[in-house]
Amino acid sequence: MSEEYIRVENLKKYFATKRGMLHAVDDVSFTIKKGETLGLVGESGCGKSTLGRCLIRLLDSTSGKVLLKNDNDDGYIDITKASPREMKALRKRVQIVFQDPYSCLNPRLSVWELIAEPLIVNNVHSDKNEMRKRVRSLMETVGLAERLENSYPHELDGGRRQRIGIARSLALNPEFIVLDEPVSALDVCIQAQILNLLNDLQREFSYTYVFISHNLSVVRHVSDRIAVMYLGQIVELSEYKELFSDPLHPYTQALLSAIPLAKLDVQRERIILEGDVPSPIEPPNACRFAGRCRYAKDICRTTPPALKEILPGHFTACHFAKEQKQ
Amino acid sequence: MDNMLDIRNLTIHYEVESGTVHAVEGLNLTLGRGESLGFVGETGAGKTTTALGIMRLIPNPPGKIKSGEIIFDGENLLDKSEAEMRKIRGEKIAMIFQDPMTSLNPVMTVDKQIAEMISLHKKVTKSEALKLAGDMLELVGIRRERMHDYPHQFSGGMKQRVVIAIALACDPELLIADEPTTALDVTIQAQVLELMKELKQKFSASMILITHDLGIVAEICDKVAIMYAGRVVEYADKRSLYSHPIHPYTRGLFRSVPDIDEDVDELPVIPGLMPDPVNLPSGCAFHPRCSMATEECAKVRPEMQEAEPGHFAACPFCVKKFMNGEAL
Repeated sequence: MSEEYIRVENLKKYFATKRGMLHAVDDVSFTIKKGETLGLVGESGCGKSTLGRCLIRLLDSTSGKVLLKNDNDDGYIDITKASPREMKALRKRVQIVFQDPYSCLNPRLSVWELIAEPLIVNNVHSDKNEMRKRVRSLMETVGLAERLENSYPHELDGGRRQRIGIARSLALNPEFIVLDEPVSALDVCIQAQILNLLNDLQREFSYTYVFISHNLSVVRHVSDRIAVMYLGQIVELSEYKELFSDPLHPYTQALLSAIPLAKLDVQRERIILEGDVPSPIEPPNACRFAGRCRYAKDICRTTPPALKEILPGHFTACHFAKEQKQ
Repeated sequence: MDNMLDIRNLTIHYEVESGTVHAVEGLNLTLGRGESLGFVGETGAGKTTTALGIMRLIPNPPGKIKSGEIIFDGENLLDKSEAEMRKIRGEKIAMIFQDPMTSLNPVMTVDKQIAEMISLHKKVTKSEALKLAGDMLELVGIRRERMHDYPHQFSGGMKQRVVIAIALACDPELLIADEPTTALDVTIQAQVLELMKELKQKFSASMILITHDLGIVAEICDKVAIMYAGRVVEYADKRSLYSHPIHPYTRGLFRSVPDIDEDVDELPVIPGLMPDPVNLPSGCAFHPRCSMATEECAKVRPEMQEAEPGHFAACPFCVKKFMNGEAL
């Protein structure tokens, strides 16, 4: 569990827009351990999906490294610089499940064709019967009944469609899966079913997950460690329980206090943030949260804080994290 | 407390190619003056259809209000003519829709959109209406300088504030909010909920809040109705519903939400899926998914029964158990 599996170093992704450079992911560094689930939370536009896509190179990064440990030796391969041939091999090891099960499936392919597609593209099975067996076993793994084989996506509900998306990502026996808001489009009851499925699969096949979501209680439920993003940067990273019991960054504190709880008589201080998230286009060279932060001082408006380890395994990017602790 | 809204036996169907969609099936509901009711259920439970039914905005065809009564202020809304309804909509009953991006007119400045509502229902001059529009914007926390801006110049949270300003512009007696914060981020959602709580006290309007989030209901509602497959299956004041839910569906719903303080390995799930509204199960619509179901459940459609004062549930077995003090 503690073995380092992916190391991200100074990863940046900028998009050129008419009004200037949009800093979607801005100098992010962290590691992911083998077999863990790293939760990635933040509000819309904070760069969490962009980061997820850069991790498996669905987007080319502007600069920085994503180092993935090799299977056979102790070396690393930099995904951001892999050649097309290397990338093709890597695609089998890294996969993604998308947010919207309504738009990520080709409506003209049947369930069987959809799940067989990655196997066909990668020439995994030369024998048709073998492939049939593999697709059947994948359907069983994700809990799709065999009778649905010839159904089309529009005939199925969101939960089942998401199961197809999961089966597709599992088809090539990956090691690492980016789950980009896999349950956000689903109702709570279906959401619980899919979360349990992902959990079971991880236990059985020891996948490493990056779980992207804006829903904090879902992220807490699935993650071993959680990274909180704000405007392209990680502002806090910690073991999941500690993040919820002892958040150090003022943004994390506000975010946690904003979750509506399905309980009565819970005493807590609600921190209401003023205003909106500022624009990620040409952000100032300072703490990006300073404008909405209730503790902000002069230094916050002039110097960007670095992500530092304040407690063992608990990182935060705030000039006053230590003082707050005391 | 006198009831401002009394829905009796409301049935709304949609006639589609594959059959009849039983969106709302014999729904009963009351709402007292000044009360706020949380209307909870999953996609397809019929929450929005009920709300549109109250507003008489069901698209027809394919939708049709088959039977029932909607008594608002002592009068049946279903007997009203279209002209009478137009007077009621906006003035007496206002609605906030889920998606602020699509409920505002993109080519009209926001002050004009608010003023439009005011001049439709009140005898004021154009400039007075615009002045009132500015006041409304300030009330929902938008600076008056921005009143000549277009919707695209506002963020999602701000747009929803504009929508709230429009809904409250004529001081309605009943406000129906359909998932007002679902499209918003958590911190922005917190701002909007805070605003709604504040305005609720200021305007003393009754409110129906449609949501799938039990957390939001806990924040701003007094009463809760849980809806499943077109019917209300449990109705109670917030305190008794949250402390001891009775109906098996309600209990399943509460359990399937991951808790923020507790670790569980496996989330308890309600097995199966929502029933197809074209083909509802016989008897209790929840029985195919219910762990306590008996043969009886497949035959007889359970009526709402009072388990304790003000707490109703449509499951005779659970109500009986609860009244006997047995664990559910």
